[in-house]
Amino acid sequence: MSDTGFFAALGAFLVGVAAFIPRAVVQGVPLLLGSTGETLTEKSGNLNLGIPGVMYVGGISGVVGAFYYDQSVRAGAMVDGVLDTARYAANMNGFLAITVPVLSCLLGALLMGLLYCFLTVTLRANQNVTGLALTTFGVGIGNFFGGSLIKLSGSDVPSIALTRISTYFHASLPFADSLGWFGQVFLSYGFLAYTAVIIALAAAYVLKRTRVGLHLRAVGENPATADAAGISVNRYKYASTCIGSMIAGLGGLYYVMDYASGVWSNNAFGDRGWLAIALVIFTIWRPNVGVLASFLFGGLYILHMYIPTGMNLAVKELYKMAPYVVTLIVLILSSLRNKRENQPPQHLGLPYFREER
Amino acid sequence: MEQRIPAVSIRNITKRFGQTLANDHVSLDIYRGEVLALLGENGSGKTTLMNMLSGIYFPDEGSIAIDGHEVVIDSPRKAIELGIGMIHQHFKLVDLLSAAENIELGLKGKLDIPAASKRIREISEAYGFEIDPAQKVYDMSVSQKQTVEILKVLYRGADILILDEPTAVLTPQETEKLFQVLRNMRNDGKAIVIITHKMNEVLELSDRVAVLRKGEYVGDMATAETSAQDMTNQMVGHAVSLNIERPQPVNPIPRIEVSHLTVRNEAGVIRLDDVSFTARSGEILGIAGIAGSGQKELLEAIAGLQPVESGSIRYLEDDGTPEELIGKDPLEIQKMGVALSFVPEDRLGMGLVGSMDLNENMMLRTYRTGASPVTDRKTPHELAERVVHDLDVVTPNLHTPVRNLSGGNVQKILVGREITSAPKVLLTAYAVRGLDINSSYVIYDLLNQQKKKGVAVIYVGEDLDVLLELADRILVLCAGKVSGEVAGKDAVKDEIGLMMTSVGGGRHE
Repeated sequence: MSDTGFFAALGAFLVGVAAFIPRAVVQGVPLLLGSTGETLTEKSGNLNLGIPGVMYVGGISGVVGAFYYDQSVRAGAMVDGVLDTARYAANMNGFLAITVPVLSCLLGALLMGLLYCFLTVTLRANQNVTGLALTTFGVGIGNFFGGSLIKLSGSDVPSIALTRISTYFHASLPFADSLGWFGQVFLSYGFLAYTAVIIALAAAYVLKRTRVGLHLRAVGENPATADAAGISVNRYKYASTCIGSMIAGLGGLYYVMDYASGVWSNNAFGDRGWLAIALVIFTIWRPNVGVLASFLFGGLYILHMYIPTGMNLAVKELYKMAPYVVTLIVLILSSLRNKRENQPPQHLGLPYFREER
Repeated sequence: MEQRIPAVSIRNITKRFGQTLANDHVSLDIYRGEVLALLGENGSGKTTLMNMLSGIYFPDEGSIAIDGHEVVIDSPRKAIELGIGMIHQHFKLVDLLSAAENIELGLKGKLDIPAASKRIREISEAYGFEIDPAQKVYDMSVSQKQTVEILKVLYRGADILILDEPTAVLTPQETEKLFQVLRNMRNDGKAIVIITHKMNEVLELSDRVAVLRKGEYVGDMATAETSAQDMTNQMVGHAVSLNIERPQPVNPIPRIEVSHLTVRNEAGVIRLDDVSFTARSGEILGIAGIAGSGQKELLEAIAGLQPVESGSIRYLEDDGTPEELIGKDPLEIQKMGVALSFVPEDRLGMGLVGSMDLNENMMLRTYRTGASPVTDRKTPHELAERVVHDLDVVTPNLHTPVRNLSGGNVQKILVGREITSAPKVLLTAYAVRGLDINSSYVIYDLLNQQKKKGVAVIYVGEDLDVLLELADRILVLCAGKVSGEVAGKDAVKDEIGLMMTSVGGGRHE
């Protein structure tokens, strides 16, 4: 092979990678938010298998908020029963277009977190059953409101498009277009993507370096000891689960408002919630590892679209398994290594009773 | 006593749990620069009384004064503020965290581990502890964990320390080290209360002894003016014989022959390494060793509960015919007359079902017998009655779930059931763990009765003093290896202690 041919091939490959990475990242962001939220939750000993439902509710809550804001702006821009597009665009307030969906998303996810805590911490219901029920419930409630909104908007396709508001979520950093591959790989994302990375790093810092993190880890490892040390176990469980749910909820919001360009259709979110839970195991409960791991998962999730498989759809399905297979391998490896630091919190999934005598 | 102000003065404290009166108008003074030993049988209210000082329970009646000022201790936090720190029998530590992190747990302010580590080292040097603040708790020995617990209360500024049976899990050497530390603290002017069952420790360490009996305060005396016999009589309320008899084994024949036994646990770590010994009928073979040196694996291997890597365990009939036990299932081994009573740390972990009542727990041994499809409830019922009567088990009736009984009573049921199953070989571990002196002697007596009947008894014990008096031969395990075997009569405590920590006790190698 001649030199020029080699460099041409390498160049083409690098261009391909530069194009692939941003697509992996946007797939990874919802997973990152979901897994950061779930990691915080699990560190308190709560195994919240309701995360897929929480993320779904986070998404639909954001959509509901966005929808009503969009409707109110639309109503103000109606001239003689016809939408004045120029006025509609001018009336749209960027600040409100972001805060209304974000706040309603956080509220929806918070309510889910509170429900989970009330059932498992206060009433000491079984965590697995509660979590699975919450997932079913969350998806159901999401589809219910999704369907209602689609009906309200009178759309003729089974989805709602909040395209205008989504542009605020989608806006990339300046210079993203003018800096070539660098801009493409690092600057081309909406603000929630960067927020996700910051939240993950902050969560890792809090867990490892601060007193709150120390106490939280103690609660998840050995609540009786934490209790004896004067730490309010229930308060920590509630706080970490609710904050975790809100972070995970943002994952749902990111998915619909940024990744899907503001288009909500029922069940489009897919199995990303389960993937987020798998990611928690993959990162062995370390949110900072989650930053890169989520992008890897994102890449694996869409790998099947990039590997030519011809007409053989069976092979494509095999490639779709990639993230789960990788999680299984990590699970096996971390069990084999048997290092205490890499194990799940010791009291994960168990309710805490203060010993009564 | 000359005119001193007590560090703590308890006056007429009464505490009830439902119907039971745990403390009945107890008054007690604790002084600085003094070690006070608090004595009493199980259920005499020692721990309850101390728990009221450390803020875990709140007294129903009575008052507590610190340095002459009346105080209300309504939470563990308040107790610490008043300078009272309690080291519990069960350690409250998070395994995954380091010593320093555990000590910092529950405090307020900015987390600064390096600064904390520095202070921990300073305290350690002042009193003679050895500790690495960065070491993770799961890596620590029991005595190191205890050190962390003591440091935890010192770090919080406690100058009144209460230790609940601190030596129960230590080797003699570790105990000696702890006592040295406690003496240093006493000389530093701290007030120290130690709850213990072991008379020799009371005599060795304490300056004053206070005795509780059935929740009531019996009296206190200077240690120098009393004796073990005297203290025991006060505890029990009547004269008790404190001698464990050791009848000469009658016509012992080999019963269990273990040779070159090697066992690995699930993680592949060697727990028993080339262990060989013989247990004879009519003899008590004592097994000494630091907790976790392979005692559990050894007994379980004999009982057929533990997969074996190599070696053999043979059961010898009366005429000397050997039969290999490895490969047999536990039920077959049990039918051959091998009974196992293992008392784990949490007592209920093995052998009893907490939610079932006494009769049903007795049935666990016998429900398979008989041809009828309907289980026989009568025999277990009689057995339960006998155990309750013989061992003085305190229970409302035979239909009480075992979980609701106190630890000591649960244990009596377990040990009683195994002993009364009239075995050929009796394997028992930690039979008196946490039992008071009177119940312990009942158990020793039962073991001796079995021995006289010709049973081969293998007794894993924690208390070396008892082992020395009870066992005919003592096998010492150290990290899964046999580090020595001595005759009970000639055994010296310190030598066994050394063997527990190093193979051969530094003599043979």
